[in-house]
Order: sequence, then C-alpha cells, then structure tokens
Amino acid sequence: MMLELIMLLLAGGVVAWQSERFNPNLPRWIAMATVILGMLLLLSTISGIPADTFNMVTEPSKAENWLLYSRHEWIPRFGISLELGMDGLSLLMLILTLALGAIAIVSSWNEIEFNPGLFQANLLWTLTGVIGVFLALDLFLFFLFWEVMLIPMYLLIAIWGHENRGYAAMKFFIFTQVSGLLMLLSIIVLAVQGAGDGDISFSYGDLLGSAPTGKAGMLTMLGFFLAFTVKLPGFPFHTWLPDAHTQAPTAGSVLLAGILLKTGAYGLLRFCIPLFPEASMQFAPIAMTLGTVGIIYGAVLAFAQSDFKRLVAYSSVSHMGFVLLGLYAWNSLALQGAIMQMVAHGVSTAALFMMAGALQHRLHTRDMNRMGGLWYNAPRMGACAMFFAVASLGLPGMGNFVAEFLVLAGLFAVSPWMTAAAAIGLITAAIYSLWLMQKTFQGKPDEERKLQDFDRREMGAMVIMMAALLWLGLYPQPVFDLTQPVLEGLQPLIVNVPETLAGNIPGGTP
Amino acid sequence: MNTIALIPLFPLLSATLLIMSAGRMPRHIAATIGAGSVGLSAICVALLARDFLADGQVLELTLWTWMSVGDFAPRIAFYIDGLSIVMMSVITGVGFLIHLYSIEFMWEDESICRYFTYMNLFVAAMLLLVMADNLLLLYLGWEGVGVCSYLLVGFWYKDSANGAAARKAFIVTRIGDTAMALGLFLLLTELGTLDIQPMMIAANSQWQTGDALPVLATALLLGGAVGKSAQLPLHTWLPDAMAGPTPVSALIHAATMVTAGVYLIARTYGLFLLAPPTMEAVAWIGLATLLIAGFTALAQNDIKRILAYSTISQIGYMFLALGVGAFASGIFHLMTHAFFKALLFLAAGAVIHCLHHEHNIFRMGGLRTRLPIVFLSFFIGSAALAALPFTSGFYSKDAILLSAWALEDIGPWLWAGGLLGALLTSIYSFRLVFIVFFGEAKTEPDRQPGWKMAGPLLLLCLLSLVGGWFALPLAGVFPAAAEHTVNHAVEWISIGTPLLGLLLAYLMFLGGQLSVDKMVASSGARALRDFWFSGWRIDQLYDVLWVTPYKKISYWMRNEPVDAIYNGIVAANQWAHHRLLVLQNGELRWYATTMVVGLILLLAVMLRNAP
Repeated sequence: MMLELIMLLLAGGVVAWQSERFNPNLPRWIAMATVILGMLLLLSTISGIPADTFNMVTEPSKAENWLLYSRHEWIPRFGISLELGMDGLSLLMLILTLALGAIAIVSSWNEIEFNPGLFQANLLWTLTGVIGVFLALDLFLFFLFWEVMLIPMYLLIAIWGHENRGYAAMKFFIFTQVSGLLMLLSIIVLAVQGAGDGDISFSYGDLLGSAPTGKAGMLTMLGFFLAFTVKLPGFPFHTWLPDAHTQAPTAGSVLLAGILLKTGAYGLLRFCIPLFPEASMQFAPIAMTLGTVGIIYGAVLAFAQSDFKRLVAYSSVSHMGFVLLGLYAWNSLALQGAIMQMVAHGVSTAALFMMAGALQHRLHTRDMNRMGGLWYNAPRMGACAMFFAVASLGLPGMGNFVAEFLVLAGLFAVSPWMTAAAAIGLITAAIYSLWLMQKTFQGKPDEERKLQDFDRREMGAMVIMMAALLWLGLYPQPVFDLTQPVLEGLQPLIVNVPETLAGNIPGGTP
Repeated sequence: MNTIALIPLFPLLSATLLIMSAGRMPRHIAATIGAGSVGLSAICVALLARDFLADGQVLELTLWTWMSVGDFAPRIAFYIDGLSIVMMSVITGVGFLIHLYSIEFMWEDESICRYFTYMNLFVAAMLLLVMADNLLLLYLGWEGVGVCSYLLVGFWYKDSANGAAARKAFIVTRIGDTAMALGLFLLLTELGTLDIQPMMIAANSQWQTGDALPVLATALLLGGAVGKSAQLPLHTWLPDAMAGPTPVSALIHAATMVTAGVYLIARTYGLFLLAPPTMEAVAWIGLATLLIAGFTALAQNDIKRILAYSTISQIGYMFLALGVGAFASGIFHLMTHAFFKALLFLAAGAVIHCLHHEHNIFRMGGLRTRLPIVFLSFFIGSAALAALPFTSGFYSKDAILLSAWALEDIGPWLWAGGLLGALLTSIYSFRLVFIVFFGEAKTEPDRQPGWKMAGPLLLLCLLSLVGGWFALPLAGVFPAAAEHTVNHAVEWISIGTPLLGLLLAYLMFLGGQLSVDKMVASSGARALRDFWFSGWRIDQLYDVLWVTPYKKISYWMRNEPVDAIYNGIVAANQWAHHRLLVLQNGELRWYATTMVVGLILLLAVMLRNAP
C-alpha cells in the first residue's frame, strides 16, 4: 500500500500537470481527486489491519511489529533497499498530510492563474516527498525523500510566490540543502561504521544501537540534529521561515507550516534521538534551551510584525519550540504533548495562513496597518480568525492547549526552571494573537470597503479545521492511543537517562 | 445523563445555535434563546439544590475521560457539593436576571446575536469552572471565562480603546493564569493527580504543614487567583474592563468571574491550610487591596469605575476572610456581593441607558424623583455594599471582620484595616448615591426602564436585603470554624463604622457642612486626590516597567537580528568571490604565468620532500 500511495501522488502530479492543456480548471480537480483517492487508499488499508495490532508495542528493530512493512531490494551492493514501514506515528502524520494537502488545494482554488497544472503538480510532489519521509525506514531512501520534498516546494515559492519570492526561495533552498548535506554525511558515517566488518546497511532497524560513542557520536548526531532543527525550525536556524512563509503562495504556506515543519519534528523523534541515545541525552539541555529561547524569541518578534503572514510565521517558530522541549524531555507526557503539538499546530496554523491568503487575495495586501475593523465587512472571516487566534494562544478545549500543557507538565519533572521560562510563552502568545485580531478585524472599520466574506468552499474548510481542533482539545485520546505503542517502543532505547530526567512524574519513567 | 450535565449544556447549546445562525437570527428569537437557556439552567440548579438541601449527598458525574497519558488521566467530570451549589445558584440565578435585563439594554444593538453568544458561552464556561472535579477542567473553565470576558469587554470593537481594555484584561489575567498553570504542574508532578479531592488527601499525607512545596504550590495558585479576582498587584485590568456593556460588567466583572479566584482558594483549601505563609499572604493581599481600591474609589468620577474599584475592594474582603481561614465567610460575602453588586451595576446601567450613555456622576443629579425604581435599587445596593445593619452585606462583612479579630497576633491589625475599609466603602457608596440621585438635575432621562430591566432590579433588591439570612450548605465542605467569643465592643464598633461613613458622606456631599473643595484646597491634598484618581499610579508604573520595554525590545528586534549571522556568511562569501574573481580575467598571459608559477612551486615542494 505504501509504495502505491507514493506512486499515486507522483502520478497524480504528472496527470494534473498535463491536464492543463485541456482545461485550466482541470488540474485542481485532479489534484483534489488524487488526494482524496490517497486518503481512501490509506483508510481502506488500515481498516484491514486487525484492531489489536494497533495496541502492540512497535519495537523499531522488529519488522513484524509495524502496522505495515515492506522491503524491496534496491542497491544491494551498499545495503540500500526500498524499506518502508508504518506505525501509529507515521499513520497519524500521513492523515495530517493528506488532510492538510486537501486544505491547501482548497485554499488556492481560485488563486493560481499562471500555469495551474504545474502548480498542482508541484503541490502533489511535495506531498509525495513528505509521505515518503514519514514512511521510509531505509536512511538512504529517507534522505532521497527529504530532498524530493524540497525541490517542488522551492518551485512553488520561486514561481508562484509574492514580490520578494526569489530571495525567499533561495534562502529556503540553501538552508535546507546545507543542513541536508550534513545529514547525508552523518547517514554515511553511521552506515559505514555501524557495519563493522559485516555488510553495509542503511536500514533503520540495523542501525539502531550502532551509533558511535563519545565525540564521534556527538558530531554524527549533530548532522541529523541540524537538518531537523532547520526544518522544525528551531532557534537560531529559523530565519528562512518568515521569508519563505511570507513569500509563498497560500497553498505553499499551508503545506510549509502544516506539514513540512513536522518532518523536522518527526525526524528528531524517529531518527535523531533513538539512533543517538547517548549523544542526544548529553545534548538535551542545549536542545531544550534552544526550544525555550525559540518560544520567547518567536513570540516577541511575532508581536513586532506588521505583515500578517510574517506574524503567523514567527508564531510557528514559537510553537515549534514546544515540540523541541517535549521531545528532549523524553517522558510520556512531554512526548505525547510534542506529537499533539505537531498535529494541532499543523491545523491551526494552516487555518491562519489560509485566512492570510484569503485576505491578501481580496485586499491585495498583507500589511495589517492597512486593515482594521474587517469584522464589520466580513463577520464570518472575523469569527473564524478569532477562533484560530485563541486556539493559537492555547485556549483549553482546543488541541494546542492539550499539547502545550502536556509538554510543560512533562518538562516540569525534568526541569522546573526551564518550564517556568517556557511558560512565559503562554503570556507572549496571548499578546501577539490578540494584537493580530486588533490590527485586522477589530478597530474602526472602513464602511465603504468591499470585502467578500468567506464563501461555502472556504467556510467548509474552516469548519472542518475548527472541528478538528475542538476534537483534539476535548477528546484527544484516539491520537494518544495511536502513538502510545510507538513511544513505548522508542522510550526504552534511551537507557542512560540522567536521574533528573527520570523524574517522579506519573508514567514518566522512561 | 442527568440534570447535572444539562446545566452547562443549555447555555452551550444556545451559543452553538446562535453561532450557526451567523447573526441572521431575528433578535427576539436570539434574545429568547439566549436568556431562556440560562433560565432553564437556573431551574435545573434549583431542583438540584432542593435535593441537595434535603439529603446533603455530594454528587459526582463522569462524562468521559478527557485524556489518558501514562498515569495522568483527567476526566470531564463534575463534583457537586455545597460550595458548587452555592456558586451554581449565583451564576445561573443572577446570570438569568442579567440576561433578562440585557434583552432590553441591548435591544437596539445591531449585534445582539453576537452578544448573547458570548454571554451564553461565558455562563457555560463559568459553570464548568465551579462544577469541575479536577483542576484541569477547572482551568478550562477558568480560561474560557477569560476569553469570554475579553470578547465582551471588546464587544464594541469599532472603538480601539475597547480593544485595548479587552486585551489588557486578558493579558494581565493571563500572567496570573500562567503562574497557576505552573502550580498545576507542580501538583501533578508531586502528588500525581489533579483530581481535587484525592489531591487534597494526598497532600495531607505527603506534606507537613509549612513545608516548602505546599507553600510554593499554593503561592502559584494564588497567582492565578490574584489575576482573575483583580487583587494587588494584578488588579489593574478591572477598571478598564468597564469598557464593555454594563450588564457584562454586572455579570462578569462583579458577580461571577472575578470571584473565581476566591472560589479557587476555597475549593483547594486543604492545600492552603498546609501553607500558613501563603494564607497570611492571602490575608495581607486582601487587606492591601481593599484599602487601596477603597481610597481610589473615593476619587473617581465615572460611575462604573467607582463600582469597579468597589468590586476590587470587596473581593479584598473575601481574600481577607480566606486568609484568616474563614472560608465559609468568604463564600458568604461572595454570594451577598454578587447580589448587591449586580444590583448596583444594573442600576448604574439603567442610569446610563436612560441618560444617553452618560458616565460622569457630576453630570447626573436629582434622579431620585425622575428614576424612582433605579433610585430604590441603587439605595438598597449601596446600603448593602456599605454593610448598613440588617442588609445582606452587613451579615457577611461582619462575619469576616469578627473572624479577623479572632486571629492571633495579626488579627487585630487585619480587623482595624478592614474597619477602615468599611468606613471608606460607606463614604464612597453614599457619595455616589447623594451626587447622582440628590441635588439638582443636570441631565434629563429620556426614558424609563421597562419591565425587563425593572424586574431584575427589584428581585435583586430583595436578595440584597434578605440574602444575609440564607444558611449556606457549606458545613460539609470546610472544616468547622472554632467558636470564638468576641467582646461586644468590637461588635458595636463593626456595626457603627458604616453608619459613621454614611454620616460623613452626608455631611460632605449632601448637607455641605464639610466641604470637599476646602479639603483639597492645598496643593498636597490635591496631589493626593490626583494620586488616588490615577489608581495610585500603578498603571503608569507597569507601563514603565513592562509595557514600554516589551514594545521597544520587540520593535528593535523586528527585523530579525539572528539574520545578521547569516548575512555575515553571505558577505564573507561575496568578499572572497570578488577577491578570487580577479584571477579569472580572460588574459592568456596571466593564465600562462600563473600556470608556470604553480608548476615551479609544485616542483619545489616535490624536490624538497624527495629523499
């Protein structure tokens, strides 16, 4: 199924691209159909998996414990194979990817006039790469998808972006490329030295527990860490993000914020920490400090922006700091919180970018100084914006709150001071979120302004995302149940957790 | 599913309906649903209270497990004891009257649908807050009422000043909420649960009275309480929150939400009893707040701001009660305050409504004969606020002062401070009555309140008078207070002080025997009055300390300082690029020369290394 899903999206892209010759409206329908088909394929496959399999602890090194697993020889000379595996975590990420993929297509429904076929193709190819990243178990294959994801995204920004798109696209490309190169070096080092005198293998299962120790281990780990933190993005490697987000077309921003950033978090959780348990735990205080600084730094800068999309971009930097904190705190609460943050932030930020795109499409500006009082002109948009603004500031009842609460609760057992510092982010988030509402929808309205309120298509997308956030906020258990076996498989890999990390948090014993 | 779950569900459903209508619902239907849903909840609460008074059975209801991660499994579950019943009765009872009043007050507003949506959401969140069986669900209600308060303070969004007031309310309380969240993390980490009753049992078995951990945990919870209940030092948001419609001020910023902090401390009293230093801090915070707010109220001109400072001051009394361990008295005062302060706000709203949105008390006057029902309401409300004998406020405030007196060491000091506060309360309350309702008329009312406004006013009048006779079912909730004998002199002084205040207010503002103008003739006195008028310049202090620096730092950093590193790398690359570019100049001679030089160097190196 996994290969089929990847091929489906790849092929869908080609068809969408070529269909433009017949009718410029055809590509978006084909893209939509492809994503829906993909979702159906995924759902029909998982409905065929016996229910109790979902409760089995995924021991990463054992093929039979994955929900889905497939392996085909590719380059046997170097131990490279087409090895794909899906567990609860990958499944969750796939659902998020396909759902937000559909949202991205909806959000750019009427926006693209230039080469719509190639646009939709790039969109689908980005999804292809992302799905590959979430499924690949062979590190060489993983790297391939990591790069595949990058190029269509680069094109989306460079071709269909806004006024300063060239700069933003190049910055995005260089940051990701350079850090990706470091990861490639680390992958090769790991594969070669992990082999010892046996055969070289790039397989995740084989490489677990084979990391070099000491300084070499730390350096190799840093290669992975950099690649993933740039993508996350973590402070201070985040500076590509505000530019890329601001310049990307709406669908590009939705994909970037909603899904691409999550590949960084996924990489840390799946590869970086489990492959290098020792180095990661040594490095944890630094990573957590970067997370905390990112939370506050992002929030402070978000408040200073006058560009709607830039503000939301910095809020992403802030929110992803919680993911970094949660991952390196490495106990059940914090890890589940980090995963929840990946999902909830994906949805809430995608919605805010869709809002930004809708406003830009209608008002031809992202400058909030030229907005104000829009609630008067478009109350439906105002209500939606208010919902996602308060979701973003972590209102209980929405997924973002569950995520941030669990991360901080888990972190408290590890480091109360770090928790206190990170909790300042709860205040700063309120400051920028409410300021966003003030500058756009509140204040003195221009009663002459013509502003088309959300139509059915847009309202539909918004309502789905609102429902998702409320569901995640009030009954998040299905998500936790899905990922719990994965975490139970991963957590024992870290054996040398320092005493403080073990903590006395309930269920936090690693 | 039984009636307990229906109580918060009615307003929630109503809000959902109103949202789904997207503002297109006719206003009479919107108003009926909006007020009716709260009325239905009130009926359910009344039925529940009747059963509870009959058998005293604590009710528990679990709807579903919210989440389950490791051993942390908070539920969406309710725990209904006497304390919850009192709170629910106040919320739905007073809430319903205020909703009814709102129909008339907001009738001409174009966004009445949005108004009732927010109000219903607020009631639902507030009910969750007081019904929650665990601190996480309580926190959901806690933040929920915060957002509704934000939405309602900024209800008239077209004026940016309202938006600023709304943001201030949310952000200042959020500072307290963050402290509270840290408190929850601490409790969860140390005690392993957030379910309130098991948590207090665990705390009692794990901690000794006076240990550092309970002190820290309760101090953090106190942070949340101080923010929400507008106590020092986080009280500055409440006077500004008066920017919202007046019924909102009555419901949220007088009767219910602002007392959530009092409820929180009372609800987790088991923790606070383990932390005597925090308890003492609660008492001193309450005392300082009630005095500072009392002095400030004396100098205000805006009818709503006077009432706002008075609210801050009265919640100070509740904190004082909690701090001296008289939890039941604190809750008693919470209830009577809800009656008379809602009454005062609604009466003030009626004045404002009938006087073309006039807020300045010095442009009112002589309304006693022109708005008789409003005058009656205001007079009874003020009497109860000032704790004149036999009003509801008298019983509750007297109980607090006597409990304070009975405390060892600091007791008499707290009592004396509270007494001074009572004097101030009485003076500013009757200053308001005398200036607004007596003397010559300065603005003529253009209408009279209809039955939807007058009805709630009269009912609240009744409650403000007889509310002190209710026996609250709190016996099973808090540990029994020690019987203390109080000497009669203390009791008489407590009774006499408000009367003295009334007399002073009469002499200053009606009789004219004492002239305020003469009192503030000297520059020192004027400075003092301005100081009080500004709310002790605390807002200016926070501006200098926090707001301006945050804005400045944020502004300086707006263009991404971290990018300087990457721009530096780019610049270094470009510099090297330009240096190296010189080598590639297209001249054959130059290439030949460099090749020869390179060859010679290479040979030299090889020769040197040759054995």
